[in-house]
Amino acid sequence: MKPPPFTYVRAGSIDEALDALGEHGDEARVLAGGQSLMPMMNMRLSRPAALVDANGVAELGRVERVNGTVRVGAMVRQSALTESIDIARGIPMLRDCAPWIGHWVTRNRGTVGGSIAHADARAELPLALVALGGSVIAASRRGRREIGASELFAGHFTTSLEPDELLVETRWPAASPGWGYAFEELALRHGDFALAMVACALGVEHDIVVRARIAVGALGDRPRLLEGLADMLVGQRLDEAMIHQAGSDAAAGVVTHDELHASAAYQRHVVPVLVRRALRRALGGASA
Amino acid sequence: MTVNGRRHCERVEARLLLSDFLRHHLGLTGTHVGCEHGVCGSCTVLLNGTAARSCLLLAVQVDGSEVRTVEGLADAEHLDPLQEAFRRHHALQCGFCTPGILMATIDFLDRTPDPTRHAVEDMLSGQLCRCTGYAPIVDAILDAAGA
Repeated sequence: MKPPPFTYVRAGSIDEALDALGEHGDEARVLAGGQSLMPMMNMRLSRPAALVDANGVAELGRVERVNGTVRVGAMVRQSALTESIDIARGIPMLRDCAPWIGHWVTRNRGTVGGSIAHADARAELPLALVALGGSVIAASRRGRREIGASELFAGHFTTSLEPDELLVETRWPAASPGWGYAFEELALRHGDFALAMVACALGVEHDIVVRARIAVGALGDRPRLLEGLADMLVGQRLDEAMIHQAGSDAAAGVVTHDELHASAAYQRHVVPVLVRRALRRALGGASA
Repeated sequence: MTVNGRRHCERVEARLLLSDFLRHHLGLTGTHVGCEHGVCGSCTVLLNGTAARSCLLLAVQVDGSEVRTVEGLADAEHLDPLQEAFRRHHALQCGFCTPGILMATIDFLDRTPDPTRHAVEDMLSGQLCRCTGYAPIVDAILDAAGA
């Protein structure tokens, strides 16, 4: 298997990458870690006329904390989610979800920005970004703009990024005291794409939930924030009966379809289980 | 690029995969090609010391980099200690997956010097072996880590 021929541009800076994207327009694809794009090109499911390689752009590899936000450069490798202290402390949900992303070796190359720009509905990082209410910075020769997670994902493999835009940075609200985070997933085999996954952030004061964000992924064409469920939890003491109820309510709030590996009925069984596990662990983290 | 300490300079088509460059251009056929879409892990090599699928890299991408393949492990006389551990534990049968597993494990043990059995199993989830059932591979890796 070989990719079809293409023009290769090795960008040395953001500006060089933007020039190449501006020149080739929607015929170009950005090559980040290549753990999704290269298989698609090898199998000729994707045939970009030009490939803009961002691996040489050092400025895309930074992690920095600015006020209450952790800024993670688009080319930061997924292995850094567990190995970078700044990320592990600042965004505990990412440390929790990292082991679910592909495999140990693919995380060495796969990038945070690449996975988010790829917008696979079954991928973990888009769900985490939606659950935490993060955003991305998109750059083009026309300037820069910030896109909130809920406006970014437009469907399976589809984002609101324009063809000449480069995702340069992802922004994540930093963890605060009193908050707990959890990421739960079910896949047929470890490292495979999820059948269902749940990400949850809980802010707790004196055993009462003061803020909650819960999102479900792998069902439907993009990650989905369960706002009604979060509203229901705020002001409550999360005992086991409430956690059980929350799981059942979550299942009622998602639309499921029969799929090859999981019937709709099975998905409606799995979602509550994952929501309950995530709530228990996030609650434990918030109370710790 | 430098492969196992030897410099190679060639002009190649942009679409040439690193795995094919190693095998067809340099004759280093120890790097095995299984699925060619990043699933099986047979083609894993070290790129600047970090394990990576060579079927998901373009040869032109690693211009100026250092690549290490399974041929770079043993010298003329001695196997690498990890290879010795694989031999002691019968950690290969047909051997197709072995080069990729060895290269992934070299990097893994570098960064995880004292791994748990679970961590080794987790790392191996990205390396397909259809013969051994993995148990002897895990034993060999834990043995090499303890050595």
